[in-house]
Amino acid sequence: MSVATINGTEFHVDAEGFLTDYDQWDQALAEDLAQAIGIELTPRHWEIIAFLREDYLAEGETPTLRRTAAGTGISIKQLFELFPGKPGKKMAYIAGLPKPRGCV
Amino acid sequence: MRDLVILGAGTAGTMVANRLRRRLPRREWRITVVDHEVAHLYQPGLLFVPFGGGKAQKLVKPRRRSLDSGVDFVVGDVDRIEPAARLVHLADGHRLDYDFLVIASGTQPRPDQTPGMLGDLWRKSIHEFYTYDGAIALREALEGFARTGGRLVVHIVDMPIKCPVAPLEFAFLADAHLRALGIRDEVEITYVTPLPDAFTKPVAAATLGSMLTDRKILLETDFLVEHIDGEARELVSYDERRIPFDLLVTVPLNMGADFVARSGLGDELNYVPVDRHTLRSKAYDTIFAIGDAADLPTSKAGSVAHFAADVFVANFVRLARGDPMTESFDGHANCFVEAGDDKALLIDFNYDTEPLPGTYPLPAVGPLRLLRATRLNHWGKLAFAWLYWHVLLPGRPLPLPAEMSMAGKRRPKEE
Repeated sequence: MSVATINGTEFHVDAEGFLTDYDQWDQALAEDLAQAIGIELTPRHWEIIAFLREDYLAEGETPTLRRTAAGTGISIKQLFELFPGKPGKKMAYIAGLPKPRGCV
Repeated sequence: MRDLVILGAGTAGTMVANRLRRRLPRREWRITVVDHEVAHLYQPGLLFVPFGGGKAQKLVKPRRRSLDSGVDFVVGDVDRIEPAARLVHLADGHRLDYDFLVIASGTQPRPDQTPGMLGDLWRKSIHEFYTYDGAIALREALEGFARTGGRLVVHIVDMPIKCPVAPLEFAFLADAHLRALGIRDEVEITYVTPLPDAFTKPVAAATLGSMLTDRKILLETDFLVEHIDGEARELVSYDERRIPFDLLVTVPLNMGADFVARSGLGDELNYVPVDRHTLRSKAYDTIFAIGDAADLPTSKAGSVAHFAADVFVANFVRLARGDPMTESFDGHANCFVEAGDDKALLIDFNYDTEPLPGTYPLPAVGPLRLLRATRLNHWGKLAFAWLYWHVLLPGRPLPLPAEMSMAGKRRPKEE
């Protein structure tokens, strides 16, 4: 575990930069994290982030793309458009959750 | 008289029914198993069918014969479960009351979930090997493909899947098969996965990934298929990558039974959310789910069903007496990985420990080797079919502890 700093805020991250403390996250930090990976947050992004954080709290796991699509009604195709490239990882990164673990 | 109803007479349901029949007094407990199919299929055997190995008919036996004579077997489709009334409605109108329900209805490949998969090319140029008919059709397709050569694509739609190592095994076996026929040079094999690596866990992914490289099998990662373009014969991903194929061997999206969804008991893939240590439904105290039907964060595999059954049966006997459940499942899985050329690897892991190199089940002496291809592991895999029918399904004890052990395992040094 190490400490990262964005805009003067310090927070704990794992080796790949994912937040390790759920409670260190806030909306301002999410804006900064999104900017760091080139994403500008729109209301749709916030809707997804809210679902991710709520679902993580209930289930103890970062939801998969399929679960996020089912839970928000936003299609997987749209998730790819909103978080281009690797949406699963990018969504978790901005929402301050652990990297989604591929099922075994 | 109290009723235990088990939905599904596959690996998990059969083991649990047979073991509990011996442990629960017959005067107090009736055990009823429901399945919509009369035949029990030895699923690990399907992997070899496309390569002409063994008689496919030998993989199938009547379910009734695998079940203890003291277990009632009902053949029928489940319409839905009514948890508040503790009732199972069958499609033909029959109703089954239960005191406790075990959902063991597994997971099924669902080609209908990927647009374009069930088109004109299905079972012609697009195949799967997770069903009996599919494996037979693929055998014929491979015979034709071996005459022409071309692009063979082995593909996974999304995780989780039943037997997550099977597509890798298929790729290794296809490579060996085509080499033996002398036409490997006419074939390009590509392994396409939604995962960032050849496998999920780092140590095993490194070993299995280098086995792909050694065999000149191309690896395409982070590929989530959106649809199949039948005309162009291409897989198309959500991020608009295209992978052309002449023969596609796909693992369709896996989903739990539809009746689980109709009963409001499933997650987005119809798996039943359960406590990962007791297998008890998070929604209802009187419902458990075991085997592939549960949403456990471990492999969907027969070995998991077997180790979980050890824990569940011990716990259920206590619960039936009114005592607390004290056993805890650790997610233990144990899988052979066929490597081709009559060699196989073995992997052994649980919720917390990834597959590591070493020996199994005993430190140093083994005799099986973890994460290394050996002939003995391959014979172990073949011998397993006999154990399955004669030891595991009848619920006879196998001298392997349910809990994973670190004895014999070693962790490679951190880079």
